[in-house]
Amino acid sequence: MQPSSLAFKDRARAAMADPQLQHSLDLLKHGWQAGRTRAAAALPEFEALRDEGRNIKDHVLGHLDLYLEAFEARVVEAGGHVHWARDAAEARRITLDICRDVGARSVTKSKSMIAEEIGLNEFLEVNGIDRVETDLGEYIIQLANEPPSHIIGPAIHKTIAEISELFQKNHGGERITEPAALVAEARRVMRQRYLDADVGITGANFLVAETGSIVTVTNEGNAELTHGLPRTHIAIASIEKIVPRLLDAFTLLRLLARSATGQDFSAYTTLLTGPKRPDDRDGPENFHVVLVDNGRSAMLGTALQEMLRCIRCGACMNHCPVYLATGGHAYGWVYPGPMGSVLTPGFIGIEKAHLLPNASTFCGKCEEVCPVRIPLPKLMRHWREVQFDQKLTPTTARWGLGLWAAMARRPALYRFATGTAIRLLGLWAGRRGAFARLPLAGGWTGGRDLPAPQGRTFMAQWTRRKNR
Amino acid sequence: MSTSRDVVLGRIRNGLQRTDMEETLAVRRVGHTLASAEPNLVPARGSGDLEERIATFTGMARAVLTDVRRIAAWHELPALVGQYLREHNLPQKLVMAPDEALDRAGWDSQPLLRIRRDTAADADTTGVTLAEAGVAETGTLCLASSDRRPTLLAFFPETSIVVLPAADVVASYEEALERYSARHDAPPRSINFVTGPSRTGDIGQKLELGAHGPRRLLVVLIDEA
Repeated sequence: MQPSSLAFKDRARAAMADPQLQHSLDLLKHGWQAGRTRAAAALPEFEALRDEGRNIKDHVLGHLDLYLEAFEARVVEAGGHVHWARDAAEARRITLDICRDVGARSVTKSKSMIAEEIGLNEFLEVNGIDRVETDLGEYIIQLANEPPSHIIGPAIHKTIAEISELFQKNHGGERITEPAALVAEARRVMRQRYLDADVGITGANFLVAETGSIVTVTNEGNAELTHGLPRTHIAIASIEKIVPRLLDAFTLLRLLARSATGQDFSAYTTLLTGPKRPDDRDGPENFHVVLVDNGRSAMLGTALQEMLRCIRCGACMNHCPVYLATGGHAYGWVYPGPMGSVLTPGFIGIEKAHLLPNASTFCGKCEEVCPVRIPLPKLMRHWREVQFDQKLTPTTARWGLGLWAAMARRPALYRFATGTAIRLLGLWAGRRGAFARLPLAGGWTGGRDLPAPQGRTFMAQWTRRKNR
Repeated sequence: MSTSRDVVLGRIRNGLQRTDMEETLAVRRVGHTLASAEPNLVPARGSGDLEERIATFTGMARAVLTDVRRIAAWHELPALVGQYLREHNLPQKLVMAPDEALDRAGWDSQPLLRIRRDTAADADTTGVTLAEAGVAETGTLCLASSDRRPTLLAFFPETSIVVLPAADVVASYEEALERYSARHDAPPRSINFVTGPSRTGDIGQKLELGAHGPRRLLVVLIDEA
């Protein structure tokens, strides 16, 4: 997918003027956001589990090479194949080659963010592989030819009426408007695709080094039909998805659904180890795992290493005032919300994404709800510093920051200047109490009033009280 | 020419910058962790004696719209299944796990039931299989694949019936796997933790059941050993 993160401001403006999108984002607050609050409150051990989850991921990242080697050995022992991909292009090529080796024409795919990241969907399409998305949300946006707008609910921006129209256009027949009937329709259409598929492609929520297992998590059961029916299963996973033991996977699984949707556990959590056994009556004969780096190893040993703890639950976006105002498409690439504002500059380059780390009020809610305690505001601040160092910040802002810094380093001058400014603004405001318009501050007063300063500066009041 | 594997692993090592001594320690630490069975924190919610666990399991499972029924003996199973199919207006037709444990129910008592013993195919409306364990913590079933317990039975048909011996209701996911390890030599291809019927919120963020997997899930707890 071509990044368009530099269009953030225009897209955000358009999103905020879109009543249907605003309605969908409102539902998110009452749904997943409120759900997470309830689920966390209902489990006394939740905060302690978050600490453990963070520690497990930190331990893994410090030993990532060793755990990946152990995982590979176990997969091979179980009769599976492991492929290593340096970047997106190699991951796409490996996946296509496996599909061609088995003569695949039809492919089912269950939702995978890494597949979005590497641009697998369009690549398979241009190479003549007929692919259908099996996650209902992902299927809807496949029909609409749109990117996902949320990492766990790719079609949350679509209204029932829009989905109804899409289904009629693509499936024919009468217009269906009831959600239950739409789900039944998708189920009917998808059945034959499951049976026809030569290859099933899934992501993996976790890779387990101890056993060489992969873990998939869904609510629909589409992953099980995607990897359970075709003769070949390809699981694509980024390298940081690994955990040491099954026991560690359960700790993170206890956090995942609660943080994501407020469920105690997703409907289907599946551990897969190797291909079909000789006597089994179902399951794939070929089991492939594609391990994708694509920029992750470069984050190790840097300020961004902590971002690799992310388990892709979406809690940060469900709680972000910016995401909840703009929706996911404004972010212009695969990962939206706070986690996207940290990941996107790393993957596509800060020069193409420098607006994203600025699309934050630094309210801190994302860090507060992150199941593995990623300090997202700190990491966004890191990108702002990089942006400043690379002179990507607009000249006026750089000039303003330079002026402020010069003042802040000279306390006497700073106090004099702020004291004077406050007195002048206070006099100017008179009895109005607030400014509706202010020269040089149009960006602020365009959307709201600026309260007029009252009394003296904080420092002046502090000194006076101390001397009293 | 170095392989992609070497390149990726090399980049990781480059990022981690371990000294020789740290390297030795790291290898030892990873070996130790992988061999360790030391449990992580397990929530207390699922614990208790068997009756308490069954009560928690039942409450949790019902909260996610699983239908849970409890019977005393295996021979009551066929009549219960027949009754359930009638309640939901479903054909008296089953695809059932080819597991001899299910034979003891004596299915001849329900002559109207047509039963096929295999994995599920497209025309199958109701699948019946056995759970390895039930997890009280979240009302979750633990299903393990084998030649006698094909995976698709609980995923492909629109109605899923899972038989769970009451004594196999354990506190946690970890205990469910322990139970499996105690009974088998090698891990199965697939272990499915199932918490309620298939669901989606992808249409207008409204909860709908039966997206791809089962629309209905019936768990039959059987007290008889």
